[in-house]
Amino acid sequence: MDSYEKLKTARKNGRPTGGAYVSEIFEFPLEFHGDRRFGDDLAIMGGVAFLDNRPVTFLAMEKGTDLESRMKRNFGCPKPEGYRKALRLMKQAEKFHRPVICFVDTLGAYPGADAEERGQGQAIAESIIEMMGLKTPVVSVVIGEGGSGGALALASANKIFILENAVYSVISPEGCASILWKESSQENVAKAADCLHITAQDMKNFGVAEDIISEDFDHFSEMCKDMKSKLISALDELCALSEEEVLAQRYQRFRKFGVFEEKKNGIFKRK
Amino acid sequence: MSFIDNLMQRVSGSAKVSCKKCNHEDTVSVLEQHDYICPECGFYYRLDARTRIKLIVDKNSFKELDAGLISKDFLEFPGYQEKLEKARKETGEEDAVVCGTATIAENECALFVMNSKFIMASMGSVVGEKITRLFEYATEHQLPVIGFTASGGARMQEGVISLMQMAKISGAVKNHSNAGLLYITVLTDPTTGGVTASFAMQGDIILAEPKALIGFAGRRVVEQTTKSQLPNNFQKAEFLLEHGFVDAIVSRSELRDVLAELLTIHKRGDA
Repeated sequence: MDSYEKLKTARKNGRPTGGAYVSEIFEFPLEFHGDRRFGDDLAIMGGVAFLDNRPVTFLAMEKGTDLESRMKRNFGCPKPEGYRKALRLMKQAEKFHRPVICFVDTLGAYPGADAEERGQGQAIAESIIEMMGLKTPVVSVVIGEGGSGGALALASANKIFILENAVYSVISPEGCASILWKESSQENVAKAADCLHITAQDMKNFGVAEDIISEDFDHFSEMCKDMKSKLISALDELCALSEEEVLAQRYQRFRKFGVFEEKKNGIFKRK
Repeated sequence: MSFIDNLMQRVSGSAKVSCKKCNHEDTVSVLEQHDYICPECGFYYRLDARTRIKLIVDKNSFKELDAGLISKDFLEFPGYQEKLEKARKETGEEDAVVCGTATIAENECALFVMNSKFIMASMGSVVGEKITRLFEYATEHQLPVIGFTASGGARMQEGVISLMQMAKISGAVKNHSNAGLLYITVLTDPTTGGVTASFAMQGDIILAEPKALIGFAGRRVVEQTTKSQLPNNFQKAEFLLEHGFVDAIVSRSELRDVLAELLTIHKRGDA
Protein backbone atom coordinates (compact mmCIF):
# COMPACT_ATOMS: atom_id res chain seq x y z
CA MET A 1 0.00 0.00 0.00
CA ASP A 2 1.35 3.47 -0.78
CA SER A 3 1.05 6.44 1.59
CA TYR A 4 -2.19 7.66 0.07
CA GLU A 5 -3.83 4.23 0.38
CA LYS A 6 -2.72 4.12 4.01
CA LEU A 7 -4.18 7.58 4.60
CA LYS A 8 -7.51 6.41 3.18
CA THR A 9 -7.40 3.24 5.27
CA ALA A 10 -6.61 5.23 8.42
CA ARG A 11 -9.70 7.36 7.80
CA LYS A 12 -12.00 4.61 6.52
CA ASN A 13 -15.58 4.44 7.72
CA GLY A 14 -16.03 1.47 10.00
CA ARG A 15 -12.45 1.48 11.23
CA PRO A 16 -12.56 0.97 15.02
CA THR A 17 -12.42 4.25 16.95
CA GLY A 18 -11.00 5.13 20.37
CA GLY A 19 -13.96 3.94 22.43
CA ALA A 20 -13.84 0.47 20.88
CA TYR A 21 -10.27 -0.03 22.09
CA VAL A 22 -11.16 1.22 25.57
CA SER A 23 -13.94 -1.35 25.98
CA GLU A 24 -11.98 -4.18 24.38
CA ILE A 25 -8.64 -3.72 26.14
CA PHE A 26 -9.47 -2.56 29.65
CA GLU A 27 -11.39 -4.15 32.47
CA PHE A 28 -14.16 -2.08 34.10
CA PRO A 29 -13.51 1.26 32.36
CA LEU A 30 -15.22 4.21 34.08
CA GLU A 31 -15.55 7.39 32.06
CA PHE A 32 -15.05 10.82 33.66
CA HIS A 33 -16.32 14.05 32.16
CA GLY A 34 -15.46 17.71 31.98
CA ASP A 35 -12.50 20.06 32.27
CA ARG A 36 -13.87 21.81 35.42
CA ARG A 37 -13.44 25.12 33.62
CA PHE A 38 -15.77 25.34 30.67
CA GLY A 39 -17.40 22.13 29.55
CA ASP A 40 -17.09 18.56 28.38
CA ASP A 41 -15.58 17.80 25.00
CA LEU A 42 -16.68 14.39 23.77
CA ALA A 43 -13.94 14.30 21.11
CA ILE A 44 -11.72 13.06 23.93
CA MET A 45 -12.94 10.38 26.34
CA GLY A 46 -11.09 9.79 29.56
CA GLY A 47 -11.34 7.87 32.77
CA VAL A 48 -9.95 5.07 34.87
CA ALA A 49 -9.81 1.32 34.33
CA PHE A 50 -7.79 -1.79 35.00
CA LEU A 51 -5.31 -3.20 32.55
CA ASP A 52 -4.58 -6.75 33.58
CA ASN A 53 -5.40 -5.81 37.20
CA ARG A 54 -3.20 -2.70 37.09
CA PRO A 55 -5.05 0.60 37.68
CA VAL A 56 -4.58 2.98 34.74
CA THR A 57 -5.93 6.29 33.45
CA PHE A 58 -7.06 6.12 29.85
CA LEU A 59 -7.57 8.88 27.30
CA ALA A 60 -9.03 8.23 23.88
CA MET A 61 -9.84 10.47 20.98
CA GLU A 62 -13.19 9.39 19.62
CA LYS A 63 -14.40 10.29 16.13
CA GLY A 64 -17.82 8.69 16.48
CA THR A 65 -19.23 5.78 14.51
CA ASP A 66 -22.36 7.13 12.81
CA LEU A 67 -23.50 10.58 11.79
CA GLU A 68 -25.19 11.33 15.09
CA SER A 69 -22.27 10.28 17.25
CA ARG A 70 -19.80 11.96 14.90
CA MET A 71 -21.62 15.26 15.31
CA LYS A 72 -21.71 14.79 19.06
CA ARG A 73 -17.98 14.09 19.10
CA ASN A 74 -17.11 16.82 16.62
CA PHE A 75 -15.62 14.21 14.27
CA GLY A 76 -12.82 13.63 16.74
CA CYS A 77 -11.45 17.17 16.49
CA PRO A 78 -10.83 18.25 20.10
CA LYS A 79 -11.46 21.75 21.40
CA PRO A 80 -9.43 23.41 24.17
CA GLU A 81 -11.77 21.98 26.83
CA GLY A 82 -10.99 18.48 25.52
CA TYR A 83 -7.26 18.99 26.01
CA ARG A 84 -7.89 20.56 29.41
CA LYS A 85 -9.99 17.57 30.47
CA ALA A 86 -7.21 15.26 29.30
CA LEU A 87 -4.63 17.24 31.27
CA ARG A 88 -6.81 17.22 34.38
CA LEU A 89 -7.01 13.43 34.18
CA MET A 90 -3.28 13.08 33.54
CA LYS A 91 -2.55 15.17 36.64
CA GLN A 92 -4.96 12.99 38.58
CA ALA A 93 -3.10 9.90 37.33
CA GLU A 94 0.17 11.45 38.50
CA LYS A 95 -1.26 12.13 41.96
CA PHE A 96 -2.40 8.54 42.37
CA HIS A 97 0.65 7.01 40.67
CA ARG A 98 -1.31 5.44 37.80
CA PRO A 99 0.24 5.13 34.35
CA VAL A 100 -1.60 6.79 31.46
CA ILE A 101 -2.57 5.18 28.17
CA CYS A 102 -3.67 7.39 25.27
CA PHE A 103 -5.33 6.43 22.00
CA VAL A 104 -4.66 9.02 19.33
CA ASP A 105 -6.98 9.48 16.37
CA THR A 106 -7.70 12.94 15.03
CA LEU A 107 -7.56 14.88 11.81
CA GLY A 108 -6.30 17.69 14.03
CA ALA A 109 -7.36 20.06 16.78
CA TYR A 110 -10.62 21.80 15.89
CA PRO A 111 -9.90 24.96 13.86
CA GLY A 112 -13.06 26.88 14.78
CA ALA A 113 -13.49 30.47 15.95
CA ASP A 114 -14.72 29.32 19.38
CA ALA A 115 -11.67 27.10 19.81
CA GLU A 116 -9.35 29.99 18.94
CA GLU A 117 -11.24 32.24 21.36
CA ARG A 118 -10.72 29.77 24.19
CA GLY A 119 -7.03 29.35 23.43
CA GLN A 120 -6.55 26.24 21.31
CA GLY A 121 -2.83 26.96 20.99
CA GLN A 122 -2.43 27.55 24.71
CA ALA A 123 -4.36 24.37 25.58
CA ILE A 124 -2.14 22.21 23.36
CA ALA A 125 1.03 23.98 24.54
CA GLU A 126 0.08 23.32 28.15
CA SER A 127 -0.76 19.70 27.50
CA ILE A 128 2.60 19.09 25.82
CA ILE A 129 4.72 20.82 28.46
CA GLU A 130 2.84 19.18 31.33
CA MET A 131 3.16 15.77 29.68
CA MET A 132 6.90 16.33 29.35
CA GLY A 133 6.96 16.89 33.10
CA LEU A 134 4.50 14.16 34.13
CA LYS A 135 6.00 11.92 36.81
CA THR A 136 4.00 8.88 35.81
CA PRO A 137 4.62 6.77 32.67
CA VAL A 138 2.61 7.51 29.53
CA VAL A 139 2.16 5.22 26.54
CA SER A 140 0.35 6.46 23.42
CA VAL A 141 -1.04 4.42 20.57
CA VAL A 142 -1.80 6.06 17.23
CA ILE A 143 -4.81 4.06 16.06
CA GLY A 144 -5.91 6.07 13.04
CA GLU A 145 -4.79 9.58 12.23
CA GLY A 146 -2.11 11.40 14.17
CA GLY A 147 -2.98 14.91 13.04
CA SER A 148 -0.24 17.39 13.95
CA GLY A 149 -0.15 19.33 17.24
CA GLY A 150 -3.65 18.16 18.07
CA ALA A 151 -2.29 14.59 18.20
CA LEU A 152 1.02 15.44 19.87
CA ALA A 153 -0.97 16.92 22.76
CA LEU A 154 -1.77 13.30 23.74
CA ALA A 155 1.43 11.77 22.40
CA SER A 156 4.27 13.45 24.33
CA ALA A 157 4.75 10.01 25.85
CA ASN A 158 7.44 7.59 27.06
CA LYS A 159 6.60 5.13 24.32
CA ILE A 160 4.54 5.33 21.15
CA PHE A 161 2.95 2.47 19.26
CA ILE A 162 1.32 2.90 15.89
CA LEU A 163 -1.08 0.63 14.07
CA GLU A 164 0.08 -0.81 10.78
CA ASN A 165 -2.35 1.33 8.75
CA ALA A 166 -2.33 4.44 10.91
CA VAL A 167 -0.60 7.67 9.88
CA TYR A 168 1.14 10.48 11.77
CA SER A 169 1.90 13.84 10.20
CA VAL A 170 2.94 17.41 10.88
CA ILE A 171 0.17 18.68 8.59
CA SER A 172 -2.68 16.95 6.76
CA PRO A 173 -1.64 16.01 3.22
CA GLU A 174 -4.59 18.15 2.03
CA GLY A 175 -3.24 21.17 3.91
CA CYS A 176 0.25 20.55 2.60
CA ALA A 177 -0.96 20.21 -1.00
CA SER A 178 -3.00 23.39 -0.87
CA ILE A 179 -0.08 25.39 0.55
CA LEU A 180 2.52 24.02 -1.85
CA TRP A 181 0.58 23.47 -5.02
CA LYS A 182 -2.44 25.73 -4.40
CA GLU A 183 -4.82 22.87 -5.07
CA SER A 184 -5.65 19.76 -3.10
CA SER A 185 -6.59 17.51 -6.01
CA GLN A 186 -6.39 13.79 -5.32
CA GLU A 187 -3.13 13.60 -7.24
CA ASN A 188 -1.56 16.41 -5.21
CA VAL A 189 -2.77 14.97 -1.92
CA ALA A 190 -1.25 11.60 -2.81
CA LYS A 191 2.02 13.32 -3.70
CA ALA A 192 1.99 15.29 -0.44
CA ALA A 193 1.30 12.10 1.53
CA ASP A 194 4.40 10.58 -0.05
CA CYS A 195 6.62 13.62 0.51
CA LEU A 196 5.58 14.01 4.15
CA HIS A 197 6.45 10.39 5.08
CA ILE A 198 3.40 9.64 7.21
CA THR A 199 3.16 5.85 7.39
CA ALA A 200 3.69 3.58 10.39
CA GLN A 201 6.85 2.23 8.76
CA ASP A 202 8.15 5.82 8.37
CA MET A 203 7.47 6.44 12.08
CA LYS A 204 9.39 3.33 13.03
CA ASN A 205 12.30 4.39 10.81
CA PHE A 206 12.40 7.89 12.34
CA GLY A 207 12.15 6.49 15.86
CA VAL A 208 8.92 8.47 16.30
CA ALA A 209 7.20 5.17 17.14
CA GLU A 210 8.86 2.36 19.06
CA ASP A 211 6.80 -0.37 17.49
CA ILE A 212 4.17 -1.13 14.87
CA ILE A 213 1.07 -3.06 15.86
CA SER A 214 -0.11 -5.46 13.19
CA GLU A 215 -3.68 -5.21 11.87
CA ASP A 216 -3.43 -8.54 10.14
CA PHE A 217 -6.01 -10.39 12.23
CA ASP A 218 -9.41 -11.85 11.40
CA HIS A 219 -11.10 -10.25 14.38
CA PHE A 220 -10.76 -6.93 16.15
CA SER A 221 -10.59 -8.76 19.47
CA GLU A 222 -7.49 -10.70 18.37
CA MET A 223 -5.74 -7.51 17.34
CA CYS A 224 -6.63 -5.96 20.70
CA LYS A 225 -5.23 -9.00 22.49
CA ASP A 226 -1.91 -8.43 20.78
CA MET A 227 -2.04 -4.69 21.54
CA LYS A 228 -2.94 -5.44 25.14
CA SER A 229 0.08 -7.67 25.63
CA LYS A 230 2.33 -4.98 24.10
CA LEU A 231 0.83 -2.37 26.44
CA ILE A 232 1.29 -4.61 29.47
CA SER A 233 4.94 -5.26 28.74
CA ALA A 234 5.54 -1.55 28.04
CA LEU A 235 4.02 -0.68 31.42
CA ASP A 236 5.95 -3.47 33.18
CA GLU A 237 9.11 -1.89 31.88
CA LEU A 238 8.18 1.76 32.56
CA CYS A 239 6.57 1.21 35.96
CA ALA A 240 9.81 -0.36 37.20
CA LEU A 241 11.55 3.00 36.70
CA SER A 242 11.82 5.71 39.38
CA GLU A 243 10.05 9.05 38.78
CA GLU A 244 13.37 10.62 37.81
CA GLU A 245 14.05 7.84 35.34
CA VAL A 246 10.59 8.17 33.80
CA LEU A 247 11.20 11.89 33.26
CA ALA A 248 14.72 11.39 31.95
CA GLN A 249 13.65 8.65 29.56
CA ARG A 250 10.88 10.83 28.11
CA TYR A 251 13.18 13.84 27.80
CA GLN A 252 15.86 11.83 26.01
CA ARG A 253 13.25 10.21 23.79
CA PHE A 254 12.31 13.59 22.32
CA ARG A 255 15.72 15.22 22.74
CA LYS A 256 17.17 13.07 19.97
CA PHE A 257 14.81 14.24 17.21
CA GLY A 258 16.38 16.51 14.63
CA VAL A 259 18.38 16.12 11.45
CA PHE A 260 20.90 18.87 10.72
CA GLU A 261 24.54 19.59 10.12
CA GLU A 262 26.80 21.51 12.39
CA LYS A 263 29.57 23.79 11.28
CA LYS A 264 32.28 24.21 13.89
CA ASN A 265 35.23 26.44 13.03
CA GLY A 266 34.30 26.11 9.40
CA ILE A 267 34.26 22.31 9.53
CA PHE A 268 31.05 20.41 8.98
CA LYS A 269 30.18 17.80 11.52
CA ARG A 270 27.54 15.38 10.36
CA LYS A 271 24.81 14.51 12.75
CA MET B 1 17.01 42.71 -3.23
CA SER B 2 20.18 40.75 -2.55
CA PHE B 3 21.61 40.56 0.92
CA ILE B 4 24.59 42.72 -0.03
CA ASP B 5 22.41 45.45 -1.59
CA ASN B 6 20.19 45.31 1.42
CA LEU B 7 23.15 45.59 3.75
CA MET B 8 24.75 48.44 1.79
CA GLN B 9 21.54 50.42 1.88
CA ARG B 10 21.02 49.68 5.52
CA VAL B 11 24.50 50.80 6.43
CA SER B 12 24.03 54.07 4.60
CA GLY B 13 20.46 54.38 5.87
CA SER B 14 19.46 55.87 2.56
CA ALA B 15 17.18 53.09 1.36
CA LYS B 16 13.55 54.01 1.05
CA VAL B 17 10.79 51.70 2.15
CA SER B 18 7.08 52.23 1.99
CA CYS B 19 4.61 51.31 4.69
CA LYS B 20 2.48 48.28 3.91
CA LYS B 21 -0.53 49.88 5.45
CA CYS B 22 -0.51 53.53 4.36
CA ASN B 23 2.19 53.51 1.64
CA HIS B 24 4.01 56.33 3.39
CA GLU B 25 7.65 56.39 2.29
CA ASP B 26 10.54 56.73 4.68
CA THR B 27 14.26 56.20 4.66
CA VAL B 28 15.56 53.40 6.80
CA SER B 29 17.39 55.84 9.06
CA VAL B 30 14.16 57.68 9.83
CA LEU B 31 12.40 54.39 10.51
CA GLU B 32 15.20 53.34 12.79
CA GLN B 33 14.66 56.44 14.90
CA HIS B 34 11.02 55.40 15.20
CA ASP B 35 11.81 51.78 16.19
CA TYR B 36 10.51 50.67 12.79
CA ILE B 37 7.01 51.94 13.47
CA CYS B 38 5.51 53.95 10.62
CA PRO B 39 5.58 57.60 11.78
CA GLU B 40 2.48 58.25 9.68
CA CYS B 41 0.06 55.48 10.67
CA GLY B 42 1.71 53.54 13.50
CA PHE B 43 2.11 50.32 11.49
CA TYR B 44 4.69 47.91 12.97
CA TYR B 45 7.26 46.79 10.42
CA ARG B 46 8.33 43.18 10.87
CA LEU B 47 11.88 43.04 12.14
CA ASP B 48 14.64 40.63 11.23
CA ALA B 49 16.38 38.99 14.17
CA ARG B 50 19.50 41.21 14.18
CA THR B 51 17.51 44.43 14.12
CA ARG B 52 15.36 43.20 16.99
CA ILE B 53 18.42 42.30 19.04
CA LYS B 54 19.90 45.75 18.38
CA LEU B 55 16.69 47.42 19.62
CA ILE B 56 16.50 45.38 22.82
CA VAL B 57 19.93 44.55 24.25
CA ASP B 58 22.78 46.64 25.66
CA LYS B 59 25.24 47.69 22.99
CA ASN B 60 27.84 45.01 22.16
CA SER B 61 26.47 42.68 24.82
CA PHE B 62 25.06 40.02 22.48
CA LYS B 63 27.04 36.81 22.23
CA GLU B 64 25.63 34.37 19.71
CA LEU B 65 25.30 30.65 20.48
CA ASP B 66 25.07 27.71 18.08
CA ALA B 67 25.35 29.80 14.94
CA GLY B 68 26.72 26.85 12.96
CA LEU B 69 23.60 24.69 12.79
CA ILE B 70 22.43 24.08 9.26
CA SER B 71 19.20 22.56 7.96
CA LYS B 72 19.29 19.47 5.80
CA ASP B 73 16.79 18.38 3.18
CA PHE B 74 16.74 14.88 4.61
CA LEU B 75 13.35 13.94 3.15
CA GLU B 76 14.31 15.23 -0.30
CA PHE B 77 11.16 17.30 -0.13
CA PRO B 78 10.29 19.03 -3.43
CA GLY B 79 11.62 22.60 -3.47
CA TYR B 80 13.03 22.61 0.07
CA GLN B 81 16.71 22.90 -0.84
CA GLU B 82 15.93 25.84 -3.15
CA LYS B 83 13.81 27.49 -0.46
CA LEU B 84 16.63 27.19 2.04
CA GLU B 85 19.20 28.61 -0.34
CA LYS B 86 16.98 31.51 -1.30
CA ALA B 87 16.25 32.34 2.34
CA ARG B 88 19.95 32.16 3.23
CA LYS B 89 20.81 34.51 0.41
CA GLU B 90 18.08 37.00 1.23
CA THR B 91 18.63 37.11 4.98
CA GLY B 92 22.31 36.28 5.36
CA GLU B 93 21.25 33.84 8.11
CA GLU B 94 21.58 30.06 8.26
CA ASP B 95 18.08 29.53 9.62
CA ALA B 96 15.02 31.10 11.22
CA VAL B 97 16.20 31.74 14.77
CA VAL B 98 19.13 33.58 16.35
CA CYS B 99 20.11 32.55 19.88
CA GLY B 100 22.58 33.88 22.40
CA THR B 101 23.17 35.70 25.65
CA ALA B 102 23.05 39.43 26.28
CA THR B 103 22.37 42.03 28.90
CA ILE B 104 19.32 44.28 28.99
CA ALA B 105 19.96 47.33 31.18
CA GLU B 106 22.77 45.26 32.68
CA ASN B 107 20.52 42.27 33.46
CA GLU B 108 21.97 39.09 32.05
CA CYS B 109 19.67 36.84 30.03
CA ALA B 110 19.50 34.19 27.33
CA LEU B 111 17.68 35.28 24.23
CA PHE B 112 16.12 33.73 21.14
CA VAL B 113 14.71 35.75 18.29
CA MET B 114 12.78 34.18 15.44
CA ASN B 115 13.12 35.69 12.02
CA SER B 116 9.95 35.78 9.91
CA LYS B 117 12.03 36.71 6.86
CA PHE B 118 13.47 33.18 6.80
CA ILE B 119 10.76 30.85 5.32
CA MET B 120 8.24 32.62 7.59
CA ALA B 121 10.27 31.41 10.57
CA SER B 122 8.93 27.92 10.17
CA MET B 123 10.24 25.51 12.78
CA GLY B 124 12.36 22.60 11.65
CA SER B 125 15.21 20.66 13.25
CA VAL B 126 17.59 23.61 13.42
CA VAL B 127 15.10 25.98 15.08
CA GLY B 128 14.10 23.21 17.49
CA GLU B 129 17.66 22.26 18.33
CA LYS B 130 18.89 25.84 18.81
CA ILE B 131 16.04 26.81 21.13
CA THR B 132 16.38 23.55 23.07
CA ARG B 133 20.11 24.11 23.50
CA LEU B 134 19.44 27.69 24.61
CA PHE B 135 17.09 26.51 27.38
CA GLU B 136 19.60 23.85 28.43
CA TYR B 137 22.34 26.49 28.52
CA ALA B 138 20.12 28.87 30.49
CA THR B 139 19.21 26.15 32.99
CA GLU B 140 22.87 25.26 33.48
CA HIS B 141 23.91 28.90 33.87
CA GLN B 142 20.83 29.97 35.87
CA LEU B 143 19.73 32.55 33.32
CA PRO B 144 16.27 33.84 32.48
CA VAL B 145 15.15 33.31 28.88
CA ILE B 146 13.48 35.95 26.73
CA GLY B 147 12.01 34.64 23.48
CA PHE B 148 10.69 36.68 20.58
CA THR B 149 8.36 34.42 18.66
CA ALA B 150 7.24 34.68 15.05
CA SER B 151 6.36 31.72 12.93
CA GLY B 152 4.12 30.26 10.29
CA GLY B 153 4.28 27.00 12.28
CA ALA B 154 6.14 23.73 11.95
CA ARG B 155 8.29 23.31 8.83
CA MET B 156 6.36 20.75 6.81
CA GLN B 157 9.37 20.08 4.56
CA GLU B 158 10.90 18.21 7.51
CA GLY B 159 7.76 16.12 8.06
CA VAL B 160 6.97 14.68 11.44
CA ILE B 161 10.48 15.50 12.72
CA SER B 162 9.48 19.17 12.80
CA LEU B 163 6.40 18.23 14.85
CA MET B 164 8.68 16.47 17.35
CA GLN B 165 10.52 19.77 17.94
CA MET B 166 7.43 21.04 19.79
CA ALA B 167 7.82 18.32 22.44
CA LYS B 168 11.60 18.58 22.45
CA ILE B 169 11.59 22.32 23.18
CA SER B 170 8.72 21.94 25.67
CA GLY B 171 10.78 19.42 27.64
CA ALA B 172 13.66 21.88 27.87
CA VAL B 173 11.29 24.72 28.86
CA LYS B 174 9.86 22.49 31.60
CA ASN B 175 13.31 21.73 33.05
CA HIS B 176 14.18 25.43 32.97
CA SER B 177 10.93 26.25 34.73
CA ASN B 178 11.44 23.52 37.35
CA ALA B 179 14.78 25.17 38.15
CA GLY B 180 12.80 28.25 39.21
CA LEU B 181 13.98 30.32 36.27
CA LEU B 182 12.04 33.00 34.41
CA TYR B 183 10.84 32.64 30.82
CA ILE B 184 9.26 35.63 29.06
CA THR B 185 7.79 35.33 25.58
CA VAL B 186 7.16 38.30 23.36
CA LEU B 187 4.69 37.34 20.65
CA THR B 188 5.34 39.23 17.44
CA ASP B 189 3.59 39.28 14.10
CA PRO B 190 2.83 36.52 13.07
CA THR B 191 2.97 33.77 15.73
CA THR B 192 0.91 30.79 14.58
CA GLY B 193 0.54 27.02 14.33
CA GLY B 194 2.92 24.71 16.15
CA VAL B 195 4.89 27.55 17.71
CA THR B 196 1.74 29.00 19.31
CA ALA B 197 0.81 25.46 20.34
CA SER B 198 4.10 25.01 22.18
CA PHE B 199 6.81 27.33 23.48
CA ALA B 200 5.16 30.67 22.55
CA MET B 201 2.37 29.97 25.06
CA GLN B 202 4.60 28.47 27.76
CA GLY B 203 6.12 31.68 29.13
CA ASP B 204 5.73 32.65 32.78
CA ILE B 205 4.93 36.03 31.35
CA ILE B 206 3.49 36.43 27.87
CA LEU B 207 3.78 39.82 26.18
CA ALA B 208 2.67 40.77 22.70
CA GLU B 209 3.31 43.58 20.25
CA PRO B 210 0.25 45.63 19.27
CA LYS B 211 -1.88 44.13 16.49
CA ALA B 212 0.38 41.08 16.13
CA LEU B 213 -1.39 38.10 14.55
CA ILE B 214 -1.39 35.25 17.08
CA GLY B 215 -3.31 32.03 16.64
CA PHE B 216 -3.30 28.30 16.16
CA ALA B 217 -5.27 27.69 12.97
CA GLY B 218 -5.01 29.95 9.92
CA ARG B 219 -7.74 32.54 9.46
CA ARG B 220 -8.88 31.05 6.14
CA VAL B 221 -9.31 27.61 7.69
CA VAL B 222 -11.21 29.09 10.62
CA GLU B 223 -13.49 30.98 8.24
CA GLN B 224 -14.22 27.81 6.28
CA THR B 225 -14.88 25.86 9.49
CA THR B 226 -16.99 28.50 11.19
CA LYS B 227 -18.82 29.69 8.07
CA SER B 228 -19.47 33.08 9.59
CA GLN B 229 -17.97 36.53 9.74
CA LEU B 230 -15.00 36.75 12.10
CA PRO B 231 -14.50 39.89 14.18
CA ASN B 232 -12.03 42.41 12.75
CA ASN B 233 -9.53 41.92 15.54
CA PHE B 234 -9.78 38.10 15.34
CA GLN B 235 -6.45 36.49 16.37
CA LYS B 236 -4.88 39.90 16.95
CA ALA B 237 -2.92 40.62 20.14
CA GLU B 238 -5.87 42.69 21.41
CA PHE B 239 -8.24 39.74 20.88
CA LEU B 240 -5.95 37.47 22.89
CA LEU B 241 -5.67 40.05 25.67
CA GLU B 242 -9.46 40.31 25.81
CA HIS B 243 -9.76 36.52 26.10
CA GLY B 244 -7.09 36.22 28.75
CA PHE B 245 -4.18 34.70 26.83
CA VAL B 246 -1.53 37.42 27.08
CA ASP B 247 -0.37 39.34 30.13
CA ALA B 248 0.14 42.66 28.41
CA ILE B 249 0.48 44.34 25.06
CA VAL B 250 3.63 46.43 25.02
CA SER B 251 4.52 48.97 22.38
CA ARG B 252 7.83 48.48 20.68
CA SER B 253 9.25 51.72 22.05
CA GLU B 254 8.60 50.62 25.63
CA LEU B 255 9.57 46.98 25.25
CA ARG B 256 13.18 47.32 26.33
CA ASP B 257 12.23 49.14 29.53
CA VAL B 258 9.48 46.68 30.36
CA LEU B 259 11.81 43.71 29.86
CA ALA B 260 14.47 45.40 31.99
CA GLU B 261 11.95 45.90 34.80
CA LEU B 262 10.72 42.30 34.59
CA LEU B 263 14.29 40.99 34.71
CA THR B 264 15.03 43.19 37.72
CA ILE B 265 11.89 42.12 39.58
CA HIS B 266 12.80 38.46 39.12
CA LYS B 267 16.41 38.79 40.13
CA ARG B 268 17.08 36.28 42.83
CA GLY B 269 19.30 36.85 45.82
CA ASP B 270 19.29 39.05 48.83
CA ALA B 271 15.78 40.48 48.52
